[in-house]
Formats: sequence, structure tokens, C-alpha cells
Amino acid sequence: MANLSTKLIRDRVIVEDTWQVLTLIADDTPETVGLPAGPLLVPLPVWQARKSELVRRKREQGEPLGIWLDTQDDPADIDANLDDFSVVGVRFPLASDGRGYSIATLLRTRYGYRGELRAFGSIGRDHLHYLWRVGFDSFAVKQPELAIASLDDFSEAYQAAANQPLPLFLRRALSA
Amino acid sequence: MYRYNDIDRLLVRQRVTQFRDQTRRHLAGELSVDEFRPLRLQNGLYIQRHAPMLRLAIPYGLLSSKQLRTLASVTRTFDRGSAHFSTRQNLQLNWPELARVPDILEELANVEMHAIQTSGNCIRNITTDPLAGVALQEVSDPRPWAEILRQWSTFHPEFAYLPRKFKIAVSGGPDDAANVRIHDLGLQLVKNAEGEVGFRVWVGGGLGRTPILAKVLREFLPWPHLLTYFDAVLRLYNLHGRRDDMYKARIKILVQSLGIEEFAHQVEAEWAHLKDGPATLTEAEVARVAAHFAPPEYETLPKLDAGFESAKRHDAEFAAWAARNVHEHRVPGYAAVTLSLKATGHAPGDATSEQMEIVADLAERFGFAEIRTTVQQNLVLPDIRKRDLFSLWQAARAAGLATPNVGLLTDIVACPGGDYCSLANAKSLPLAAALQQRFSDRAQVADLGEIKLNISGCVNACGHHHVGHIGLLGVDKQGEEHYQITLGGAWGIEAALGKVIGPAVLAEEVPQAIEWIVDNYRVYRRPHERFIDTLKRIGTESFRDAAYGNAESGQDAKEISNG
Ligand code: SF4
Repeated sequence: MANLSTKLIRDRVIVEDTWQVLTLIADDTPETVGLPAGPLLVPLPVWQARKSELVRRKREQGEPLGIWLDTQDDPADIDANLDDFSVVGVRFPLASDGRGYSIATLLRTRYGYRGELRAFGSIGRDHLHYLWRVGFDSFAVKQPELAIASLDDFSEAYQAAANQPLPLFLRRALSA
Repeated sequence: MYRYNDIDRLLVRQRVTQFRDQTRRHLAGELSVDEFRPLRLQNGLYIQRHAPMLRLAIPYGLLSSKQLRTLASVTRTFDRGSAHFSTRQNLQLNWPELARVPDILEELANVEMHAIQTSGNCIRNITTDPLAGVALQEVSDPRPWAEILRQWSTFHPEFAYLPRKFKIAVSGGPDDAANVRIHDLGLQLVKNAEGEVGFRVWVGGGLGRTPILAKVLREFLPWPHLLTYFDAVLRLYNLHGRRDDMYKARIKILVQSLGIEEFAHQVEAEWAHLKDGPATLTEAEVARVAAHFAPPEYETLPKLDAGFESAKRHDAEFAAWAARNVHEHRVPGYAAVTLSLKATGHAPGDATSEQMEIVADLAERFGFAEIRTTVQQNLVLPDIRKRDLFSLWQAARAAGLATPNVGLLTDIVACPGGDYCSLANAKSLPLAAALQQRFSDRAQVADLGEIKLNISGCVNACGHHHVGHIGLLGVDKQGEEHYQITLGGAWGIEAALGKVIGPAVLAEEVPQAIEWIVDNYRVYRRPHERFIDTLKRIGTESFRDAAYGNAESGQDAKEISNG
């Protein structure tokens, strides 16, 4: 069990984080791991093993439900259930592992996920701008007060991306 | 050439600001060595054997005189007055001071240059044919496409942390002067049966520890789909390329393990989602970019220039230079010229600040103020009137830039090797010097004709030794520098990977072995037959025997060369 951090950046402001991230450690199995009370991000194997229990927990006990994907997880696996989650997290085990950028892009552009998309793990302020462009809107980073400025390291972009569906050349042509 | 607009300029400036702050935080201890590494790499900054190395981007090898002068002044102010043109058309400074790198980047930004993504596991500088726009065989000018890809790849948010580096090349036509087959992704401009322009797409080439030539991924990709198709390829690679072993992380390994058919099938499946989406290129956008590469105002000139012809008849040295370093041009009365950075006694690809300034002047005086860098580590002036060739030659010769050896044995391609690079097993530069010394008889070297010799200081193959007709790879044997010799590699359309001929040879003995190899060629060649063609015809056996001292053991060869 790990708290993300007490504060995070969400929708470009710094807020208290109330969510817990459930991780499987040592002898935990997806079927038996305990589910603590409160807003909870569960890993994909737990969701797959205990869908109905988690949905009941949410509907009957009013406990907010989220899921997190690890870097090798396929977002297609949760496509049908995206409405069940109020937060989808993507873990970055290493800053150099860029799969999360494609996972986020797919969630936003292919599977149409509109809820909170959270990046956590080995990310820092120097990753925020790209993370934001591929569709993340919440970021568990150290020193969020300092980091937040880096969301805007660049004020323009050439490519289409999750947060800007039109590439620069089309926007330029449309505004001309 | 492409000129920045306000947004291009803004992005490069914001990059300087970003990196200045990252450098400051690193020097203040707020960013650890490990955290700083990927950030500096994405700005071309390595920490090397003696000092940092900074690789400056020269997008598709194209420079204006003004830009080259800035490179000269940066080299003088921030380095020791000499810099290295690399096999990927970039420029490397070997002694910059970490704290001053942001200042260097700022100087570059003033002339629309940068060091963005010249290193790191991201999409690197896109390379192309140095004769783009003037080459005879061209189907279409590759430069607009290279620029469109430069913009697409610059700060692409999804593909900044790939499993490994990613290199793209664009060739304008069938001769494949950009060597697409040794790149992760390669484009060759082609026309389909209806005469429409598009690309043959190659994937999965690369040298290094596991050299593989690229395979055709798609025979014809209509141009509007270039970016959506590339997004699909890169996404597949980003998600499924190996990340557990850096030596198996290039896209070539993914292609190899899936097989090209399955890989192509998966690309098509991913592309189906992206095809015809907003990133589909428009005629207006292509025209906007292509306008930057419109032909300059050429004069109407006769095809033959009497003065040039007569100068060749009267001056044998000039004629030798014209035969090797002057290339045909699509416009009558014009030629393209290679200024050789391979003078005897100079490290291949190195140029001093003074030389860069002279080249910038020559490009202004005789051309349209434009210079190209080449994969062979030379410089090209693309548009020279034939009637000016003699004057140009005299000026270039005075600056040590007119060695008449383009494509010859002494036009050696070499990585910086052990003198600078921390990964090296061997010092490629002293070997290059020793070879140039050994083959200093120009007439003899000219008589040998085209022989491409490439040297890499280690298995990373920055010197492209696998595709040299003769390749030399530095290896370490019990602390002694040795070189493995490969024969039969080739570039471009005839691309092939060389084969190792036998045990590695002690560094000091390499020049002798090479001499024996070329002697063997002399014995067997037919009239006008190139080295590589003789080799193909008769096989490597006699060359191998020759290299080791006429079939005698390596030990004997050693005694001969020492004696
Ligand atoms: S081939 Fe090896 S020694 Fe040469 S520059 Fe590349 S990494 Fe360094």
C-alpha cells in the first residue's frame, strides 16, 4: 500500500490527494489482497479478478474506484469498463520507460476516456509537459509547487496529440 | 533552405530556456546525475572520456553560410577551434564546458539551429542525400519531406522515451544516396504506375552489435499518409520494442522477432485507426514547406564550359580533383563540389574554425550561400558554375580542402574513437592517419579507384564499418588494440554487410594488411572493375590469404611488418 504523495497537480492546480494506490507485494494475490477503505486505485489484475466485488463496493458503499495500469498493460483490457472508474492511473517504473505515453494517448484518443488520468512513479517536473500533451491531467510529482511551471515549458507544438487533436499545420491553415 | 517562422523560433528559444534551467538545477544539486542524463542527452550532450561532447544538429545536412560561420565561432569560443562532422551529418564539439552549453545553444538559436534530439532514445536527426535537389537521378526532392519529418519528430510527446535511439533517412531516388537500409526507418521517393509521388518504406536496418539491413515495410505509401503511418510504426515500437536489454532494443530486433510480414500486418492494424485523421498531410502544407527548397536563380549556361575543359587539360592536379570531387548537376553549366575533410594528417571529418569560415565564404562567393554535410564526413557546395571551378579549387586547395580523394581509399570514414569516446576499444584516428600516410601516393590511390574504408572504434559502429568495402572494427585483446577486418560491405542501393575475414590484426599491422588486400585487387581486377566488383566476382578467399601475409599465419605477418 502506498500513498501517492499528499499533494498532486490536478487540472493545473495543486490539490490534496485522497487516493491510495493498491500494489501487490510479496505474497499478495489479486484474489485475496485486502481492500482498504476510501478512494482506491487498484492494479489491473485485481480488477480482472474481482470486478463485481469492486463495482458493488463502489455502488453500495460509495467508495470511489480507480484503476492503475502498469507499463506493460494493454489499455484495451479496460476499454469496456472505463465508465466504472473515476481515476485511471499509469505507473512509470522508470523515467526512461515511455510506454505510458502511448498508453495515455490510446486511452484518450482511441478509447475515449474523459475522466482523471494520473501519471505516477518515476516522473519529475521535466516530464510534465509531454505527459500533459499525451492526455494526463493529474501528476503525482515531488515538489508540485515548483514542478507545476514546467507544464508550460513549451507554448506551442507541431504535432497532433491527445490534448490538441489538430497538428500545427492544420490549425495554421484554418486560422489563415 | 527552410527558414524559421515565429513558431519555429519560439520553440527553439523555449528549449534553450528549459535546458538552461535544467543545467542550473543539476549544477545546484537539485537534479541528480541520473535524472539529468536523459535530459542532457535529448540535447546532444554526452559526458565523455575527457570532457563533455556536444552534438549539434544539422537537419538533413543543410547549412547556410551564416550558420556555418556561427558554428565556426562557437567552435572557437567554446571549444578548441576544431570540430568533427559526424556520419549522421551533424557536428560534434569535443571540449565544451557543461555550464556554458546553454550559451552555446542560445548562439545556435540565433541562427535557427539547435541540438534537439541529437542523442538519447528518441527520434534523431533525419539524414538525406547531400546532393538533394541537384542530383540527376532524383524522383523528387527529399528535403521538404525531411523538414516535414523534422517538425513531426521535434518534441513529439509520445515518442521521447523510446526503447532505443531511432534514426530516419530519406532518399530522393533509386540510387539511395541516403543509405536508407542502415536506418530504423527509411524512405525512398518513388512514383507509382499513375505517376503519383510516394514512398517505399524500409524498416529495421541498423549496424552496431547486430547489423541488419532494412526490409521493405510498404512498397508504396502515398505521401499524404506519411505522418499517420509513421505514428503507427513508432507507437508499435514504443509499446512492444524490448526494454530489458539495450542491445536488443532497436526496432530491427522487434521486426526480426515478429518477422517482416507480421510486423507489417501490425503496423497496418494500428494505422487503420490513424489513417485519414487530422495528421494527414495536405497539399497546402507540402507546398508551404517545399517553397523553401525552390531552386535558386540559376543562370542559363552552356552545358560545357570551355575554360573548365581547358584548365583540366593544362593542369593535371586540377584534373585529378575534378575527376573525383566534382559531381554532375541537373542544371547545365553547373556542378556540385565536394570539399574533402580527409587531408593527410587530419582526422577524418574534422574542420577548424578557419576552414569553416573559408567554406562559408566560398559558398557565398561561388554558390548560393549553401553548404551540405555528408555521411562520408565531407562538405558539399551544391551549386557551382563550371566556369568558377578552377578559382574555387585554388581557394579550397589553399585551405587544405581540395584533397582529390572523394570515394577513394583515403576518403576514410572514422568515428572519433578512443581519443574522445569512452566506449571505444581502439583509437580510430591514429589508425586513419597511419592509413593515409601509407597511401600518400595520390596517383596510386587514384588508380585503385573507388574503395570505401570505414573505421569504428567499437561494436557500436559509428564509423559504419559493416558497410565499408573494407571495414575495420576496433577490438580489445588482452589490453592491446586490434582490428577486425571485414570485406564486401556496400552502401546505398547495393547495400551489403561485410564479412569478417579472420582473426583481428594488431593495430600497427593494419596498414600492411590493407596494402596486401589492395595489392591482391590489383592482381585480379579486370579493366575498369571496381574493388567491390572484383571482390564479388572472385570471392574473399584470396583477399583473406593476402591480408594475413599470403596465407601465412598471423604470427608471420607480424614478423614481416616488423621487419
Ligand atoms: S563506434 Fe564506438 S568508439 Fe566509435 S564513436 Fe561510436 S561508440 Fe565511440
